[in-house]
Amino acid sequence: MLDKLVARTGGGVALMLASLSARADLQYNLQPPATNVASQIYNLHLMVLWVCLGIFVVVFGAMFYSILRHRKSLGHKAANFHENTLVEITWTVIPFIILMAMAYPASKTVLDMKNTSDADMTIKVTGYQWKWGYHYLGQGVNFFSNLSTPRSEIENLQTKDKHYLLEVDHPMVVPTGEKIKLLITSNDVIHGWYLPAFGIQQDAIPGFVKSVWFKVDEPGTYRGQCAQLCGKDHGFMPIVVKAVSPQDFTKWIQAQKAAVVTYNPNKTYTEAELVQHGAQVYAANCAACHQANGKGIPGAFPALDGDPIVNGPKAVHIETVLNGKGGRMPAWKDQLNDFDIASVITYERNSWGNHTGEAIQPAEVKALRK
Amino acid sequence: MDATAHTHDLGHEHPPKGIMRWLTTTNHKDIGTLYLWFSLIMFLSAGSMALMIRAELFEPGLQFFQPDFFNQLTTLHGLLMIFGAIMPAFVGFANWLVPMMIGAPDMAFARMNNWSFWLLPPAALLLLGSFFVPGGAAAAGWTLYPPLSIQMGMGMDMTIFAIHLMGISSIMGSINIITTILNLRAPGMSLMKMPMFVWTWLITAYLLIAVMPVLAGAVTMLLTDRHFGTHFFNPAGGGDPLMYEHIFWFFGHPEVYIMILPAFGIVSQIIPTFARKPLFGYASMVYATASIAILSFTVWAHHMFTVGMPAAGQLFFMYATMLIAVPTGVKVFNWVATMWRGSMTFETPMLFAIAFVCLFTIGGFSGLVLALVPVDIQLHNTYYVVAHFHYVLFSGAAMSIMAGVYFWLPKWTGHMYDERLGKLHFWTTTIAFNITFFPMHFLGLAGMPRRIPDYALQFTTFNQVASVGAFLLGMSQLIFLVVVLKCIRGGKKAPSKPWEGADSLEWTLPSPAPYHSFQTPPVVK
Repeated sequence: MLDKLVARTGGGVALMLASLSARADLQYNLQPPATNVASQIYNLHLMVLWVCLGIFVVVFGAMFYSILRHRKSLGHKAANFHENTLVEITWTVIPFIILMAMAYPASKTVLDMKNTSDADMTIKVTGYQWKWGYHYLGQGVNFFSNLSTPRSEIENLQTKDKHYLLEVDHPMVVPTGEKIKLLITSNDVIHGWYLPAFGIQQDAIPGFVKSVWFKVDEPGTYRGQCAQLCGKDHGFMPIVVKAVSPQDFTKWIQAQKAAVVTYNPNKTYTEAELVQHGAQVYAANCAACHQANGKGIPGAFPALDGDPIVNGPKAVHIETVLNGKGGRMPAWKDQLNDFDIASVITYERNSWGNHTGEAIQPAEVKALRK
Repeated sequence: MDATAHTHDLGHEHPPKGIMRWLTTTNHKDIGTLYLWFSLIMFLSAGSMALMIRAELFEPGLQFFQPDFFNQLTTLHGLLMIFGAIMPAFVGFANWLVPMMIGAPDMAFARMNNWSFWLLPPAALLLLGSFFVPGGAAAAGWTLYPPLSIQMGMGMDMTIFAIHLMGISSIMGSINIITTILNLRAPGMSLMKMPMFVWTWLITAYLLIAVMPVLAGAVTMLLTDRHFGTHFFNPAGGGDPLMYEHIFWFFGHPEVYIMILPAFGIVSQIIPTFARKPLFGYASMVYATASIAILSFTVWAHHMFTVGMPAAGQLFFMYATMLIAVPTGVKVFNWVATMWRGSMTFETPMLFAIAFVCLFTIGGFSGLVLALVPVDIQLHNTYYVVAHFHYVLFSGAAMSIMAGVYFWLPKWTGHMYDERLGKLHFWTTTIAFNITFFPMHFLGLAGMPRRIPDYALQFTTFNQVASVGAFLLGMSQLIFLVVVLKCIRGGKKAPSKPWEGADSLEWTLPSPAPYHSFQTPPVVK
């Protein structure tokens, strides 16, 4: 254990010393703001910080002066005063006035943040354990955004990328210069959509739809993370927003519409076709809990390898995936289409130690949807 | 007055020997000792969990623990520190000191006192034992927000039951403290003559009685949602996950003051003692404490600024929260004014008390920053918040407890503690504390969320500094353990009043304080 510890942390100590010497990359303040609201927050924070620092220096300057001078070892004799109404009223009133001066700009920013009217575009954001779903309302574009950092980097088997843990397969793409309204909700537990550069943090709460807005002028890629503890992979559901010019945005929307995977609901697919697509669906949606090797996590998430449902009647298996089970296994009927579900079930029933040899067709899934 | 004049022939002077003494004791000093030991054990266990957390966070990537276990660690670290370490430590102080400070022979309800304590060890065993059940311990954070907490395994049920037990214990303890203070004061000890520590506990006890049942209600609803098909917090059944947050923080915010008001009390005993000058603004201190307690019921939703409440709600809770800075500021000014033109010496309790005033104020300022809604939205759920509440809970509550332990150890044990080791403990703790928690402000500003087992590369350096600091801080507490054990086993004989400037009634008793004190009430002028 000890040598493991040294091996694992020894490199870290060296890294720490190296990075301490290269202090240029250390960040001591809020991220550079990318929206007007974020700049207001940035300035508000700086203002309050300076006020607090000023008060701190005055009060503790007095205290340390007293500590240095009013010591018994210097022969200082104790005075015996213990109240002074005027002084006490003064130091009640002055802080009150300072607080009012702080509250005024803060209130203005609050009202600005809350003004979601006249948006040019609306995107519905849904939190899932553990990914984000983005739905461009009225534009027919709808996709999930998963962490794209490979498992091998997380497990320290491979060098970590610059954007380690802050990279996704499908970022939210937005046009610059337009007021974007987000409607934020959740499918399961409470998540938090947090993008520091935009000054936005909004809890995604099941049963509620809350709105926030932003307008970003500089094209670029902005990164954030889920902020509200949402279970085991809370640290692994980043948020990436790519701001592009309105022209590029229009092109992107067209491309998204063209790229929607179409399937033929009446076709009979072969096992190989289904398994090939199912492997992708499994990696994106199921592997976080049941693991890529199908062994699950003992005590937390069941193994699918050798599982009685996976090797039992297919209708039960299909219904479990469609409707979820026991509060922990989510219902997938709204997130995945019939082809996805048929494929992933075929994959599960024919992978690892499972060899049912069955190919589940989209029509069979459709028949069991309620 | 001289307590050695008391007759010690009442027959119950000699308690049973061995374990039965501690199991059956109804003596406020024994029970105070039990509370303090319990608290120290919990402090060290929950502290080891913190070190496991910091070990995992030393580098990006997963090194030691899987994310689910990491979440269990953060959850239990919080619950055990709050309900196991800090609150019982203050109750331990109250048991030892309130009767002696007001000239009472014991607590009002001696048998209930025994039960209040003995509910705690089973609660602690439930919490610690939950690591070993299928699914592990609760992993939803100490706030136990549903629907996440509905998903947990039986570890969550054990946590809920433990919270019930600890809540009952707190309520009984509070009833006892209030009754003792209101009914058993020595002749002449009017309310406005009580030592500040007694005042802060009187107010804290009312807070506890007001809010512990609220928490019990919240976790009971969780329990029935989990097992009996209710939908208090499940939107699919017409429930409301936000309602839990409101109920929880209606408990949670006063709880913050439950953990800091007795600390104010301890510091208000220590500073005048070592400044050899009476506490400045005693009356305004009492009023400030009471205002903080009352205001604490009107600010809970500042823990929920990111849920998306209407602007009017955000503004109300922002203004109310900022208002708390006023009475808190009054307290800090009063302590500084107490020191001003005193004749100060700097024994370990005074060092801890001064560090308390300084560092607690940093936590207060970061609280003010977080009170501003727009800034809070930027910093909520980040390491800035972690830094903030460790400045108020470690350098606030925990360091005031350490100050108090050094201050009253001579009275409790009859020996002086080792001043050299005490000072070493002070300096290592204060320095290591700041190395650990100050960089967390920067991490939060840069946008690192809390409660994550792994982080992006730009957060590496400050996390490493914090982890190194955390291990130093953890090791420093072993010095504390050594000082306490050494002081119990021996050391220079303590006089009845080891501190020149001390003036409350407990210092009129011999050291160690006799098993039964003030059987005849002293007369206070």
